[in-house]
Amino acid sequence: MRILVAVKRVPITGGKMVLTGDAQALETKHLGFTISPHEECAVEEAVRIGEAEGGEVVVLTLGPPEAEEQIRDCMAIGADRGILLETQGEEWDAQATAAAIVEAIRAEEPFDLLLFGNESADAGGYQVGIRVAHALGLPVVNGLKKIELRDGGVRCERDVGGARDVYEAPLPALLTVLEGLNLPRYPSVPGKLRAKQKPLDRKAVSPPAAQLEKIRLVVPEGQGEQAEILGEGAGAAPRVVELLQELGVA
Amino acid sequence: MNVLCFVEPGDDLSAQAIGFARSLGDVRGVTLEGAYQPSAWAKALAAQETDAIVAAGSDRGNELLAHVSAILDVPFAANVTAIDGDVVTRQRWGGSLVEEARLHGSPQLLTVAPHTQPAAELGEVETLTAEDDGSPKVLERVEESSGGVSLRDAKVVVSGGRGVGSAEAFSIIEELASLLGGAVGCSRVVTSAGWRPHTDQVGQTGTKISADLYVACGISGATQHIAGAKGAKRMLAINTDPEAPIFAVADYAVIGDLHEVVPAISAELKRVRG
Repeated sequence: MRILVAVKRVPITGGKMVLTGDAQALETKHLGFTISPHEECAVEEAVRIGEAEGGEVVVLTLGPPEAEEQIRDCMAIGADRGILLETQGEEWDAQATAAAIVEAIRAEEPFDLLLFGNESADAGGYQVGIRVAHALGLPVVNGLKKIELRDGGVRCERDVGGARDVYEAPLPALLTVLEGLNLPRYPSVPGKLRAKQKPLDRKAVSPPAAQLEKIRLVVPEGQGEQAEILGEGAGAAPRVVELLQELGVA
Repeated sequence: MNVLCFVEPGDDLSAQAIGFARSLGDVRGVTLEGAYQPSAWAKALAAQETDAIVAAGSDRGNELLAHVSAILDVPFAANVTAIDGDVVTRQRWGGSLVEEARLHGSPQLLTVAPHTQPAAELGEVETLTAEDDGSPKVLERVEESSGGVSLRDAKVVVSGGRGVGSAEAFSIIEELASLLGGAVGCSRVVTSAGWRPHTDQVGQTGTKISADLYVACGISGATQHIAGAKGAKRMLAINTDPEAPIFAVADYAVIGDLHEVVPAISAELKRVRG
């Protein structure tokens, strides 16, 4: 079984959004990086399926040279190979990203299963996986919290507020997943060491003109007011209960 | 300008989307029926003559317009809060950041960010017909046994973060939630550590709540968490660190160790109730 997982390098934002001076990006000088949470589950699922069925798990990303760090992280929990579509660090829109991914997949086919996150943590475009599926003529199911391989196909489930919708698709298929699909493992020390030796292909890519063309980013205004301090420690309990009564929730 | 708006009758977000669509031009409200088949439904939408297609920024709305954008090979702007000509303002990072962007291509495809627009009457809704194209569709719907108050609809959510310290220590969070007839929530750190199931997570990649009161215990207030919590009308934060970012978004604050404060609130509640 050959499985492809697509991931995206995103900053770990912490408590506050700070922009660069030109308002084109988040100021990331003091931030670490990771992959989108949905994709952490996609990688974990791919590795589990690879362990159960045998085969190869290939991690693909489009990003700056530093995105090697995220590919190695995926390798540390069990991915076998990496493909880095290397940009100059500029942001690509969803359409351009999908087109570059399609080209890279065509050069690597066949895959039995392609896993994407439902949406990226940063841009939140909700479309890259679906675009790739259409371009490759693959069936696609989105927003999954359960995936089961059976009889040469896949049965999957999606949360719909208090219920689950069940879909089936033949393989090969492209699935987009949500956090909660599984509980991703932490990398082991031997896993991290092995990751350094695993093969990584780099290919330089240049962006076509953006069709959803970013003008600038803006940090929305917060509530502005500091919280009203009700008290300190256990002694605050009577004041809290008064508040609960005032709010009609006690 | 002619605007096609996909709606689902009875859906709050659709009612918000159609109001927004009407600010763009003459709206034709459409829906589809039968087993949900995203690719086939999108083909039916993509076949309509129109200058713009609008839907709610819901799971289905975003999914359908992504399919339409792939079919027509035009850009798609998800979770838009405002539009002026071809310039859209849209949410990123679950609403923690917004982007102004030029939306090229025609028809314009966009979804409307949830809870950013007032609801409007759907008016007349036409039912389109989708042809089964053999793509994946919903085969069955499995109802889940409801285990108490659902996080999404709970009036009160009492939530714990890293500061709770362990799965066992959530018993004090559970007790307070139970006394208030509310649901237990948690931050992403907690689900990643395996202390609580992902279904309890409040956040950008978890549940987005709409409670009357949110009680955040031992939660620092990362943007990923706030993206799920900001739908609450009021927020009370309990944290040992007076500098924690959560206090910048909370309405009320208790500075202190949740392991002392939370049981004291539960005890006081029981006392006043006799």
